[in-house]
Amino acid sequence: MKTPQKINDQIIAIEGVKKNFGDVTALDGVSLNIREGEFFSLLGPSGCGKTTLLRMISGFDSPSIGSVYIGGSDMTNVPPNERPTNMVFQSYAIFPHLNVAENVGYGLKKQKLPNDEINRRVEEALALVDLEGFGARESHALSGGQRQRVALARALIMKPKVLLLDEPLSALDKKLRETMQSELRKLQRTVGITFVLVTHDQEEALTMSDRIAVMFDGKIAQLDTPEGLYKRPKTKRVASFIGVMNFIPAKVVASTKTKLSLEVEFLGKINVTASNKIKPGDKITVGIRPEMLTILYGETDKADNVFSGMIVSASYYGDMTYYEVELKNTDINVMVSMRNTSGRPVLLTGTTARVGWGCESITVFDG
Amino acid sequence: MSSRPPKSLLTYAVLYLIFLYAPVILLPLFAFNDSAIIALPLSGFTFHWFGLLWDTKALHEALYNSLLIAVVTAIGSTTLGIFAARAAARYEFPGKRGIVGFIMVPLVLPEIIVGVALIVVLIQLGLSLSAWTVIIGHVLICTPFSIAILQSAFNNMDRSLEEASMDLGESKIGTFFRVILPLVTPGIISSLLISFTISLDEFIIAFFLTGTDVTLPVYIWGQLRFPARLPAIMALGFLMVSLSFFLLLTAEYFRRRANRLTGNHTRSDNGIFQ
Repeated sequence: MKTPQKINDQIIAIEGVKKNFGDVTALDGVSLNIREGEFFSLLGPSGCGKTTLLRMISGFDSPSIGSVYIGGSDMTNVPPNERPTNMVFQSYAIFPHLNVAENVGYGLKKQKLPNDEINRRVEEALALVDLEGFGARESHALSGGQRQRVALARALIMKPKVLLLDEPLSALDKKLRETMQSELRKLQRTVGITFVLVTHDQEEALTMSDRIAVMFDGKIAQLDTPEGLYKRPKTKRVASFIGVMNFIPAKVVASTKTKLSLEVEFLGKINVTASNKIKPGDKITVGIRPEMLTILYGETDKADNVFSGMIVSASYYGDMTYYEVELKNTDINVMVSMRNTSGRPVLLTGTTARVGWGCESITVFDG
Repeated sequence: MSSRPPKSLLTYAVLYLIFLYAPVILLPLFAFNDSAIIALPLSGFTFHWFGLLWDTKALHEALYNSLLIAVVTAIGSTTLGIFAARAAARYEFPGKRGIVGFIMVPLVLPEIIVGVALIVVLIQLGLSLSAWTVIIGHVLICTPFSIAILQSAFNNMDRSLEEASMDLGESKIGTFFRVILPLVTPGIISSLLISFTISLDEFIIAFFLTGTDVTLPVYIWGQLRFPARLPAIMALGFLMVSLSFFLLLTAEYFRRRANRLTGNHTRSDNGIFQ
């Protein structure tokens, strides 16, 4: 196995990793690089292999084939207690027989540091997670949010090169989860350590991460920035996992360098900005985000493509209204999200509406 | 919300408890009764019978034997129990259920069968009967109890606690001493106390395997032939029952503590006492 090229800002390199548990393939050839100091997320539905990959970085699982490099050295067969990584477990794994300070100082005690240094660093770590003065608190007297902070402090006190977080927010209620999302992000910037987060919650991944690897069936489907994933999903599956996307099957009628003219069954022609290597006659699917579709009010509103339809449902969210519109003469229903502004009243279910969208707001998928 | 049980059920429960404990209540009654005859009415209060116990040399020997056997049995069965419970909780292997079930069988095996079987085997092996042969028998019947108690302590332990310890730089052995052992200690204490109590009170196997090293229950059995010594036996019985109650209550306290420590607040199954 060759040593990976040492790129100076790369902290983790996963190379061709496969993992089988009996007959089940958890990871099917995963390669990826994680940069030093970034907030990286592994996102995917349950069973996609994201947790297995995290456990491989932490050392709790070892790959059947392939290698794991951390900080430039081969860690493939190094046990977890000798790796420069620390983990925040999904259950937090707070030691129930130890108090908060003993939990946080657990790793330092193993290093045989003098007691006053341990105490000082425990205080620092607790301050970092806003738990000053909680040291003497018994662990069973902590709330869910506090347990998570203790788990964070206990990992960060070890000054790891990489902090691994296994669905750390899934046990918290919605309100607390949102608070912790921004706090985790801030904390990551403060300490400057590489964070690798495993989550099945796309919103969580989008709001917190610098880069996201979307995983399906033991493979990385796409690795990109949150914006890149949302705006330029490579496959239909990624597109529908990240946010909502409307899919319309179409056939290519004509293409120029910049424009594609598409024939949509029952709808007629639409124009989109061309992507490469699509020839006339190809069957494709066009994808469009709900916020890129507009309900046209009156004759003055214009768009590159316009179709009429009927509103089959309207959900009012205060700032936004979500419409489901059945396009005329088709069985295609599209989701449209509209910002509620003055002069644009909320439309009722059953009314006819014109839906418009621009050429450049459409993503084209093969097949 | 739980509602009050119907009156008939309450009456039944009270009668049931009287049936269970009335004979035991007779023990202290006659242990302190100033009469050599075990019969009502009571004739006065005395510590005489306890004093008599103090003066009986043979009894002291039996007590020493019983304590030795109980202590060694408790340690032996708990040690075996730790190995079995840890393996059953941690590893998956073919035939696991069957093996664990098999270890538990002595729990329901008639002790007289165990006793007879053991005496045949031991004599065939050419071993002479002594306190140590009793210990072998007692470890056999106490180990299932130890496993039952320890299994709940080990099973309830969150696997990620061990992983967290390893993740924080601790070795496997260090993790055992710093995380696993503290969390299962209450279970271990509970197992020690219960196997100690069972061994101390056990009669049938001891009767078969004891040879000349009589245990306390075997000694009591021997004394029953002499009506005059009956009140002293009552006093001894009273002491033993008190001790057993105390040990079992302590064991139960530790068993519950083990469940609480390992993060199990609601479940109390797998235990001897529900």
